[in-house]
Amino acid sequence: MSYLAKPKLHHPTLTTNEVGYTRRDYEGRVSTLCAGCGHDSISAAIIQACWELNIEPHRVAKLSGIGCSSKTPDYFLGASHGFNTVHGRMPSVLTGANLANRDLLYLGVSGDGDSASIGLGQFANAMRRGVRMAYIVENNGVYGLTKGQFSATADRGSKSKKGVVNRDNPVDLVGLALQLGATYVARSFSGDKAQLVPLIKGAIDHGGAAFIDIISPCVTFNNHAGSTKSFDYVRQHNEAVSRIDFMPVHSEITVDYEAGAVIDVQQHDGSTLRLRKLQPDYDPTDRYGALSYMNAHQARGEVVTGLLYIDPIATDLHLSLNTSDTPLYALQESELCPGAQALERINASLR
Amino acid sequence: MNRMKDQVKPIEAVNDFVIKFANVNGSGSASANELFAKAILRMGVPVSPRNIFPSNIQGMPTWYEVRVSEKGYLGRRGGVDIMVAMNPQTWDADLSEIQSGGYLFYDNTRPIPESQFRKDIEVIGIPLTEISNAAYADPRQRQLFKNIIYVGALSVLLDLDAAVFEKLFAEQYRGKEVLLDSNVHALHLGRDYVKTHLQAPLGIRVKRADKVGNQIFTDGNSATALGCVYGGATVAAWYPITPSSAVPEAFQKYCDKFRVEADSGKCKVAIVQAEDELASIGMVIGAAWNGARAFTATSGPGISLMTEFIGLAYFAEIPVTIIDVQRGGPSTGMPTRTQQSDVLACAYASHGDTKHVLLFPEDPHECFEHAAAALDLADRLQTPIFLMSDLDIGMNQRLCKPFTWDDTREYDRGKVMTAEELEAGKDFGRYKDVDGDGIPWRTLPGTHPTLGSFFTRGTTRDPYARYSERGPDYVYNMERLLKKFKTAATMVPQPVVRKATHPTRVGVLYYGSTSPAMREALDVLSTQGTNLDAMRLRAFPFPDSVKQFIDEHDKVFVVEQNRDAQMHALLVNELAIDPAQMVKVLHYDGTPITARFISEAIDMNLKVADTKPDQKEAA
Repeated sequence: MSYLAKPKLHHPTLTTNEVGYTRRDYEGRVSTLCAGCGHDSISAAIIQACWELNIEPHRVAKLSGIGCSSKTPDYFLGASHGFNTVHGRMPSVLTGANLANRDLLYLGVSGDGDSASIGLGQFANAMRRGVRMAYIVENNGVYGLTKGQFSATADRGSKSKKGVVNRDNPVDLVGLALQLGATYVARSFSGDKAQLVPLIKGAIDHGGAAFIDIISPCVTFNNHAGSTKSFDYVRQHNEAVSRIDFMPVHSEITVDYEAGAVIDVQQHDGSTLRLRKLQPDYDPTDRYGALSYMNAHQARGEVVTGLLYIDPIATDLHLSLNTSDTPLYALQESELCPGAQALERINASLR
Repeated sequence: MNRMKDQVKPIEAVNDFVIKFANVNGSGSASANELFAKAILRMGVPVSPRNIFPSNIQGMPTWYEVRVSEKGYLGRRGGVDIMVAMNPQTWDADLSEIQSGGYLFYDNTRPIPESQFRKDIEVIGIPLTEISNAAYADPRQRQLFKNIIYVGALSVLLDLDAAVFEKLFAEQYRGKEVLLDSNVHALHLGRDYVKTHLQAPLGIRVKRADKVGNQIFTDGNSATALGCVYGGATVAAWYPITPSSAVPEAFQKYCDKFRVEADSGKCKVAIVQAEDELASIGMVIGAAWNGARAFTATSGPGISLMTEFIGLAYFAEIPVTIIDVQRGGPSTGMPTRTQQSDVLACAYASHGDTKHVLLFPEDPHECFEHAAAALDLADRLQTPIFLMSDLDIGMNQRLCKPFTWDDTREYDRGKVMTAEELEAGKDFGRYKDVDGDGIPWRTLPGTHPTLGSFFTRGTTRDPYARYSERGPDYVYNMERLLKKFKTAATMVPQPVVRKATHPTRVGVLYYGSTSPAMREALDVLSTQGTNLDAMRLRAFPFPDSVKQFIDEHDKVFVVEQNRDAQMHALLVNELAIDPAQMVKVLHYDGTPITARFISEAIDMNLKVADTKPDQKEAA
């Protein structure tokens, strides 16, 4: 199926968004992943989120590492430039790309092997620097392309398809992101599109480092009884902290909620995230509260999902570096080169 | 002053000697020694100082060797005429380096047994600690000013003008009058002691000349950084490593001056100290993919870490500039010593079939030129460009031609297809050779809503950037990359040839920091009647003229600073040269190569070759 060209015909009745694109314009090539792969649902959610956000596809740069998840940027946003980098190194390439052109939106797609094993250092440092991007990890706890080895996010005691029990402790990327200063941290499930789409929209719209860990079961190598990353396990143990609605700038809030049941969080550009609280004691603006809530629930075997933490006045690397409002790549020679006269003064100082 | 016990005539020399300072690192000697070197320069006499220092911050031995040469020889000569022995730890070794008839200068505050001296040298003892302690109460000041006191003493012994030092102090401490006065005072403490107690000047001395002209005195790392500013780099990512850290640090300093928007105060540059070399090169690749000019600076161990990414940049054709300030390898090797031992590692960096463009600057002037050229070449060729500097050039101040910049010069941004061109229906195949030079066109992300996007990857692809594992697609691409590499040979800085004064069948090839020692060695050999045509390589891939040069000579020496004759290997491999035609001259102990080493190695080889067996027997 991977060798089939995807038909380009658009049905005339397809609705267009405010910038004149249909959902089909956000699609990419036909996926070559296994039928039923959680990653394909995430690609669909990304397509939906970008269409709903009225983003022109070419204003997005999509970057990834190596692995099943990192192949997916070929399967959405076909009109965007994409960069499939090297294993575990998407964060640095994205950081450099972002520094060169601050006007694009950055989507980083990675997997658990890519971000929690080989690329843990790059993941951590990108979070620490506050690179503005939506960083999505499609987390299945397993190496798919090399046929079923455990990854660093596999839970201790989890069983592989061949029956091997994982003896190592898992890396919790959400916990790390919270500790390292990410300003938008969420966990979701590829099987929960209603939760996923607004979370992705919020992340793309966020003003700093946004991280979403998406449990995305591997139907081929990690969807059996005894795995803690299977569809059944995640469905049974999913503990959502909130439901989230994304409201663009100036949209009228029409529905009334009972006091205390919702939290409205305004992002830097004026758009609002409305969180309908499912857990009455949960405060998504408390970084350390989020960590301890998550730890407590994880200890009970629950998978806590939803927007776990948000800092609405997030800052990013460009602010720390005080870079020009003009994207650096667009600066012209006249703005960059000090010229012969200045060089003569430097020469004089070196005699 | 102690007269020599042996009847050896003291060395007499005007404007042609080597003085070496043996110090303890962290004692503040570096700035005093630099002051000394600069004073000679201000008297119109060329100098070339070299720091020989340990990988350590405080307490270990460090040396500063100054070659003074009116003829302008800036390489290391070999041997020491005056040793300023300020470090008891290295006393014996330092003394043994002094040429017979040379001079030892030391602090005689504490007596040193007679047996610790050599009998064939002139010994000059000055109670430096005593003078300094009498003048200053603060322990740190006592230490720092002791350095200035010995510079003062030397200035009289070598006949240097006090006014030159006073002017240098005035420039250095402009607006800090207290520091100015105290430094001038310390200088005169040393001068007065010598005038009162010793005979001066020595047989070795400095005489005003006019041999410096408009040359500048600077280090290669700063010059490289300045080249990156002039060349339009806007993103730099790096990880600290000796001896390259000064490149991004100087880049930051120049950007603070030249790259701040007057109205907003914002920076027209982004400089990131990354978490490691992998991230450094990753950021540079990301920035370059997005159209910014970007560079990283590192040394051998960093190159090793970057190699996977370098392969990606080669294969995905991303224009990156990598500055390698080489040091002694392998592994951690000799981190504060110099070598040219990353040539092969960079030329063929990364797995699979790869070849990279290397530039070999000879001094700070060329560091500036080549850094700016590297950014142009990267954009033009869409591939990694390596600037192969080394510790000797990078971390030492060197007298060189002033920097120049032609304001009419324009950056070569290479083949970037615009929205208008796409709109006009121009065919865009990211990896398609449309111009016959192997260089494809690229588009930058965000260029056009519907045209020109592509997926950049390290996997094989067809000319339109579509994933493909078809053999013909793969071969087309690899052959095109090879063609591009051939194109590169016509664009890189071309070799510089110095013809012998008499026709000769013997040639010599050299590159990079070997240059000043080579120049002197060629003069010495020529005086001895040995004529060699010399070619200084400035880049890899080799232009056709390199093969021609080798073919035109029966024997070609290849002089380099590594064990394995890496450039020799590259020449044999790339140009199919018969190895028997070339002779390796290798210096790799971590110190910069000397003129004596080169001339002796070449002379010896030619003599042995000239000696026929029957003549040997006759002798």
